[in-house]
Amino acid sequence: MKIKTYILKRTVSSIITLFIVITITFFMMRAIPGGPFTDAKAIPNFVIEKMNERYGLNDPLYIQYGRYLLNILCFDLGPSYRYEGMTVNELIADSFPVSFIVGGLALLISLVIGIPLGVISALRRGKWQDKTSMIFATLGVTVPSFVLASAFVYIFAWHLGWVTVGFWDGISTAILPAVTLALYPAAFISRLVRSEMLEVLGQDYIRTAYAKGLGRSSVIYIHALKNALIPVITYLGPLTAGILTGSFVIEKVYGVPGLGTFFVTSINNRDYTMIMGVTVFYSAILVSFNMITDICLSFIDPRIKLR
Amino acid sequence: MYNSEDFRPLTPEERASSEIQRPSKTYWADVWSRLKADKLAMLGLFIITVIILFAVFAPVFSRYEYDEMDFNFSNDPPSFTHWFGCDMFGRDLFIRVMYGARISLAVGFIASFISLFIGVIYGGISGFIGGRCDNIMMRIVDVIYSVPAMIYVILLMVVVGPGLKSIFITLGISYWAPMARMVRAEVMRLKNEEFVIAAMITGASPSRILFRHIIPNSMGAVLVTLTFSVPGAIFTEAFLSFVGLGVSAPMASWGVLSSDATEALAIYPWQLFFPAAAISITILAFNFVGDGLRDALDPKLGK
Repeated sequence: MKIKTYILKRTVSSIITLFIVITITFFMMRAIPGGPFTDAKAIPNFVIEKMNERYGLNDPLYIQYGRYLLNILCFDLGPSYRYEGMTVNELIADSFPVSFIVGGLALLISLVIGIPLGVISALRRGKWQDKTSMIFATLGVTVPSFVLASAFVYIFAWHLGWVTVGFWDGISTAILPAVTLALYPAAFISRLVRSEMLEVLGQDYIRTAYAKGLGRSSVIYIHALKNALIPVITYLGPLTAGILTGSFVIEKVYGVPGLGTFFVTSINNRDYTMIMGVTVFYSAILVSFNMITDICLSFIDPRIKLR
Repeated sequence: MYNSEDFRPLTPEERASSEIQRPSKTYWADVWSRLKADKLAMLGLFIITVIILFAVFAPVFSRYEYDEMDFNFSNDPPSFTHWFGCDMFGRDLFIRVMYGARISLAVGFIASFISLFIGVIYGGISGFIGGRCDNIMMRIVDVIYSVPAMIYVILLMVVVGPGLKSIFITLGISYWAPMARMVRAEVMRLKNEEFVIAAMITGASPSRILFRHIIPNSMGAVLVTLTFSVPGAIFTEAFLSFVGLGVSAPMASWGVLSSDATEALAIYPWQLFFPAAAISITILAFNFVGDGLRDALDPKLGK
């Protein structure tokens, strides 16, 4: 199959996926008993009536659904039910850059820590370097991120006073949350790279490379590592997903005013349009990210059959 | 040509050599003996057993109730009377962590079994029927896969409302996709084996072949996936509690306990330490068992 058809097919399937996600989200949110304005506080009925009318909640469901779809096509996620006078778009535009910095940094850190650790432990298999990094890798996947975050806040912010938490001041306040967010994926990546590296190093073409008289470092870093990193690229999709969802908790603990914090707040406030909007937004990011990694992968590894 | 000199009776030694020396091992006995040799896996199994025993029996023998408040002991540090200290309402944290074990383990096991049930049936049917049906069913799984389960879980929890039952259901119906994929792959691998053909020839119905012949043979891989999905569910539940969608008070899972503890972390750090340690140790133990089981089922991998 031609690469162009593949890209086209992949794009179409991504759009279908997104459409299904939007539909499911919409009907799930509508299935909640009670309208979005039913609250513990008693609001007079005519106010609820007015609000329902204002947000178009009195129309038949299919009209609401059609309107929502049309709006999304124009990248309009609607007004927030709780933040007076704000649209979901504005809320996302305000808070996502912050999450993007933290998440991007976390992604970078996890790769920078994870890959070398995996390579070192594969090359020094069974020695202390291997054992230490595998202990790190095991701990990294077993300690929940919110526990780590709380422990870091306790140690670094309150005990040692190295960092301040609870406010946002650009990249310097992003480092600790990013490190916390990166530990789990770093641990996972190091295990992945280790096992892949061990597998690759045992293959015939590596022996051929040695037999040709290539130096150890060029065999390892040029011939072996290149192939050992392919699963890491495959893992980039789930990795981004993990960082996105992980950010809900990490941002809350560190008081980072990112989209994760807003999402959690909107869950607790039952701000339905915000929940829907953020879900759709996250899904759009992930679906396109998955698509891009798949396409990149098909360029990098010709063995991957283009289906 | 042979003649009679070429034949002689077996000597006693020769006769003994063809005898089977020890009882033949079944597949699972073999796996078990390999697993027993794995120290980490046995440690994990031991830890899980201890935690389950504590979760079941500690509340029975304890002097305190999990919802018993006593403001005289509010925020007490660990002591001989209160092993893990007390929370802000003066509730004994030891008993709360043990009760938390009940809830967290229940969430882990029940949610995993629900997803196992759905995944095995879905993946089994998809792999067994094959063709276009399989194609469509797997496309659906692809769609589910492309959005992180956590997002579905949060949405579903918002819809059905917080509570223990909703957590079981939500986690169960959100995490079956990996199980379905795995079972499908196993079924595809097994469905052309001789024993399946033999079953077909004897006239077994397709559903009997699938559920009595193929699926029991893929139980090894299912078991490995299960040992990793139990801690996954415990993790997710803790995460949900932290976001404010967990079980409701006065019940408490480990996630709720840690979440509550972070609010007063600066002053009473031990309140976080115990539930957090419980989560981490449990997840670690399940990981050990899972790794060991995977190696035991597929001895080629470990070497």
